[in-house]
Amino acid sequence: MSYCKQEGKDRVVFVTEEDHNAPAAVSLPEEDEPPAGLIQPDGEINWACPCLGGMTTGPCGVEFRESFTCFHYSTADPKGSDCFEPFSRMTECMSQYPNVYGSKNDDREMPKDELTSEDSSEIGHSEVSAKA
Amino acid sequence: RCGSLASRIAQPSSRVARHGKARGINRSHCDRGYSNASKKPMTMNDLPQPQGSWAKRHERMQKKYNLQLAVGLGFAGFTLFAAKQSGLVNFYFGPGKLKFGKGVESKEQEAAAVEEETITEPPADVESEALPETPVETPLAAPIDTESAAAPSAPVDTKPASAPPTPVEVPAKPKQVEEAAITESSAVVSKSEDAKSASTAKESAGKVSDIPEHVPYLIIGAGTSSVAAFRAIKAKDAKAKVLVISGEGENPYMRPPLSKELWYSDDIEATNKLRFKQWNGKERSIYFEHEEYYTPVKELATRENGGISIVKGRKVVKLDVHKKRAFMDDRSEVSYDKCLIATGGTPKPLPVFDNAGEDVLKNVTLFRSVSDFQRLHNVAQQGKHITIIGGGFLGSELACALGYKLKATSGSVTQIYPEAGNMGRVLPEYLSKWTTEKVKSEGIEIIPNSFVEEVKSAKDEKVKLKLNTGKEIVTDHVVVAVGLEPNVELAQSSGLEIDDTHGGFRVNAELEARSNLWVAGDAACFFDIKLGRRRVEHHDHAIVSGRLAGENMTGSGKPYWHQSMFWSDLGPEVGYEAIGIVDSSLPTVGVLAKATAKDTPKAVVEATGESLRSETEQVADTSSLMHSSDPHAPLKGEDYGKGIIFYLRENIVVGIVLWNVYNWMPIARKIIKDGKSYDDLSEVAK
Repeated sequence: MSYCKQEGKDRVVFVTEEDHNAPAAVSLPEEDEPPAGLIQPDGEINWACPCLGGMTTGPCGVEFRESFTCFHYSTADPKGSDCFEPFSRMTECMSQYPNVYGSKNDDREMPKDELTSEDSSEIGHSEVSAKA
Repeated sequence: RCGSLASRIAQPSSRVARHGKARGINRSHCDRGYSNASKKPMTMNDLPQPQGSWAKRHERMQKKYNLQLAVGLGFAGFTLFAAKQSGLVNFYFGPGKLKFGKGVESKEQEAAAVEEETITEPPADVESEALPETPVETPLAAPIDTESAAAPSAPVDTKPASAPPTPVEVPAKPKQVEEAAITESSAVVSKSEDAKSASTAKESAGKVSDIPEHVPYLIIGAGTSSVAAFRAIKAKDAKAKVLVISGEGENPYMRPPLSKELWYSDDIEATNKLRFKQWNGKERSIYFEHEEYYTPVKELATRENGGISIVKGRKVVKLDVHKKRAFMDDRSEVSYDKCLIATGGTPKPLPVFDNAGEDVLKNVTLFRSVSDFQRLHNVAQQGKHITIIGGGFLGSELACALGYKLKATSGSVTQIYPEAGNMGRVLPEYLSKWTTEKVKSEGIEIIPNSFVEEVKSAKDEKVKLKLNTGKEIVTDHVVVAVGLEPNVELAQSSGLEIDDTHGGFRVNAELEARSNLWVAGDAACFFDIKLGRRRVEHHDHAIVSGRLAGENMTGSGKPYWHQSMFWSDLGPEVGYEAIGIVDSSLPTVGVLAKATAKDTPKAVVEATGESLRSETEQVADTSSLMHSSDPHAPLKGEDYGKGIIFYLRENIVVGIVLWNVYNWMPIARKIIKDGKSYDDLSEVAK
């Protein structure tokens, strides 16, 4: 049985397993805005998405954006095959900064799914997500 | 005398006469002279006669009245004074004088002197740019008058003493103004490098070119908030050029590991490189980004795709907010479009140590930065006795960390604080007691309800502390962790407002201090729409506010809405997360149960692979509303294994502590956001 005691102005309630496993009587209202994913409702790319990790803000951020935009709007088959040039510029830029974009370094992780247009919860480095 | 009464009072009623007769009082004399003329008529002799001189009597009476007046006035005056002092009555004299806090007062001279210098800089070296208006302040008028043109253009070597802040070479333009001002200002930062380049004519011009003349985004301070801000800026404005000025002289780094993870690592090499192992074994550096990430300052202006540059070794001492110019302590300056102040804070010193001698001070650390950590780490390696003053987050974390470290080197730790238990101002009493017991079980000697009254140096390079309780402690090293003073020196020189209650720059809910000027992080006293005006000194808040400021600098105009959280770990086994206003003076309701092995910080990090607790939220799966693990029935003696503590203000939940309960922060955040009052908080706890 749960019991309660008062220590001055602080009240303490000790709960037991049975009492707590029952479903909650109080329900919180639904989230008014689901967290924004990679693609905004109007189809634009959300560059602030944490799933992109540090790709947009690093030294090669502009090159990355160009190639990703090209890929996103590409209608060729397979998707993105007409984006060779921006991609090569990006890889060239990234090779100049191996410590930032290194793929085998322990201290930095590349986002695994940078090329998918789905939302993902991968976090490359310590960037905190926005809730909207 | 009855006789005199007669003339003034009306005829007695028959009742009185009867009464008189009944009581046997002989009132026949008091018949007011209306009955038979048994008395002889009044004569002039019966008139009251003067008992003494009129003057004397007058004086006497006046003295009495004067005394009454004086007492009355005095009491009234005292009442007004008491009313004013106690604050009960507001006299509305008008807006108060601007207060800039104690620390700044003493620096007024310095700041004023620097002002004169930096202001007069522009006309000298930027002549070619025809920079017309320099905000020449009235203080300059005085030096101009007093100095003569004799000073100008003398080579530096001839006047080393008078002008330690060596005047900039202004050869062919002996502007009396600046020479006068420069030779005048003596209390200012010295620039020894300037002295060496005495020969160059446009020496100042050379200085200016090493940082860009203009940047669209300027960030003052290179801490956690700055990182979040420049990332947000770059995300919105892809080709942004951001200049970050680091007063501390380091690349941006995370502060939490300095008092937590870095101490628990067994790899000394890694610790020296400021790399730490998270609880789950993954290693990372405290620095947010690798050096390569940042654009070298020289390239910033010309780099097509923009970039982020860090300037080290300089401090911004004044901002001209209207003209959007920032002036640095080496007389360089830069103009900006948008500016963020993220200067953070300096650890609060203890007056008793300020007055101690040099040989004591070398064994005292005011803990905050990387260099403090490295120094303390060295001391700990030598297995000494360390005393920590302060029982809050930093003090308690350091106590546990040092306790762990010193076990290996046979040192020991003592913790002294004025509260009754660790985290006494944050956790409710019962939890604070429990925490204190936990800290004690780590082998730390705790001395609560005490503070240091006197400090002296003892032999063998030790330090002797005398407490208010009379106890004396001899220790090798003292760590002071008694709070943070926000760095608001810019306020006075730049015309920014400071908050007296919370300290820090006063900003609105969008973190704006003035047009095109934002403040974020520890130094910002902001208006929280849900919880009121506050200033928060935690890591997640620095990130959240930094990011918000960055977004607003690129035009979002969003108010502070995402409630930041904070966490604290007392070793790998006890930890808690909290959100909102967590002040032990508020009434609390705690819902507690016994913890299981799954409810430790270690388990959380193992499951999610992320040590910064603010990250674990997103990675862990919080889709179901049920508990992550089943609580057990409490033991006979209450065991505060895990639970949720709600902090209430006027019956609305304003703060929540998740004690050994992890990854439920999103729900906690929602509860605070809703701001409703709940009848049964144990239901909410479910």
